[in-house]
Amino acid sequence: MSASLFQLLRRDLGMLLFGGRRGGTMLPLLFFLAVAMLFPFAVGPDPRLLARTGGGVIWVAALLAAILPLDRLIEPDIELGFFDQWALRGIAEEWIVTVRVLAHWLSFGPPLMLAAIVSAALLGLDGQTLKLVELGLLAGTPGLAALGVMVAAVTAGLRGGAALAGLLVIPLAVPLLVFGAGSLATGGESGIALTAAVSLVLLAMTPFAAGAAVRAARG
Amino acid sequence: MQVCTLTASDLACRRGDRVLFRGLSLELRGGEACQITGANGIGKSSLIRIIAGLMPAFAGSVAVEGQIGLIDERPALDPQLPLGPALSFWQRLDGGAESAIERLGLANLLDVPVRYLSTGQKKRAALARLLGQKAAVWLLDEPLNGLDSQAVQLVEALAGEHLAQGGICLIASHQPFALEGMGRMALADYTP
Repeated sequence: MSASLFQLLRRDLGMLLFGGRRGGTMLPLLFFLAVAMLFPFAVGPDPRLLARTGGGVIWVAALLAAILPLDRLIEPDIELGFFDQWALRGIAEEWIVTVRVLAHWLSFGPPLMLAAIVSAALLGLDGQTLKLVELGLLAGTPGLAALGVMVAAVTAGLRGGAALAGLLVIPLAVPLLVFGAGSLATGGESGIALTAAVSLVLLAMTPFAAGAAVRAARG
Repeated sequence: MQVCTLTASDLACRRGDRVLFRGLSLELRGGEACQITGANGIGKSSLIRIIAGLMPAFAGSVAVEGQIGLIDERPALDPQLPLGPALSFWQRLDGGAESAIERLGLANLLDVPVRYLSTGQKKRAALARLLGQKAAVWLLDEPLNGLDSQAVQLVEALAGEHLAQGGICLIASHQPFALEGMGRMALADYTP
């Protein structure tokens, strides 16, 4: 079983990581940096304003960047018949989805944390704020990855599924955003702990919710 | 080859609010084959998917002993990958059994991306995946679609060898499929 899961992870990473074959894998990262670059143009160069709002902007940009690859996460594999073949080999959808959450997170979480350092420089954030943003992203991006896979599975096969997935993720990501970006305002670690708690709940739910959704989509 | 049986009893299939077939029973043991025939849309593919356990039956039950291998219209190969790596994903997953790439005429296609392959070449690739799986129960949904006459003979020969090794073949096809000792079942007999 674990050997099969390793093979699945290898394939998922080959698809989702940089230079991946499902196209547009650098896109979330560039999108994230573009938002961070455009923000000072939009609100003006006042350093105090930028420093105060910059952390929140990084969080919103991270959320939007995580939404970009949703339509490539689950649906192509259902359409190509991969999930059918895995089911015949006795690999549970729950495991496949768990592996996919891990691969999705690896493809955008760590790169986003690196890009946040660049963004922090662009927005003029101080070291303490950057540390809180990075810790918050570390706690929050696994939850975003799980949420993304869950919503991608639920909307697989629907007409306009890609747009619907984005619409569904945003309200469900509110708790992550409230606690993650909120930790910047309070300057405390309790916000990050709550972000991590929301992430863990999402990570625990996703295999079952997304697995059931994939089985239902197969029909 | 492991002992395999396929038993379907009193199956019915409903798509939307239409019952496609009902009261269908089928029993196959190792070394036996059956072809499901019928017009387009009569429910051949649905029957295959119900027996594979990928679709719930409206009524009745299915019991399959032995690993199931399925060929349908979707080859389950990554379109953007060259054929070689796309096939070796399944080979690694299935335990690295040697596949019949030479015999299926795929040897000089291994560096061609799957999306550039023709329908028939994709079907051959799917057969290579099936052979590598070493499954005892073959469920073949329109296995001859897009194949040239030489490849049709090859598929018939492969199915014959599979039966000789004690496997089961269930073939859903509207095309003639030459296989010695194969039973035939017309799905039209089970429409309500």
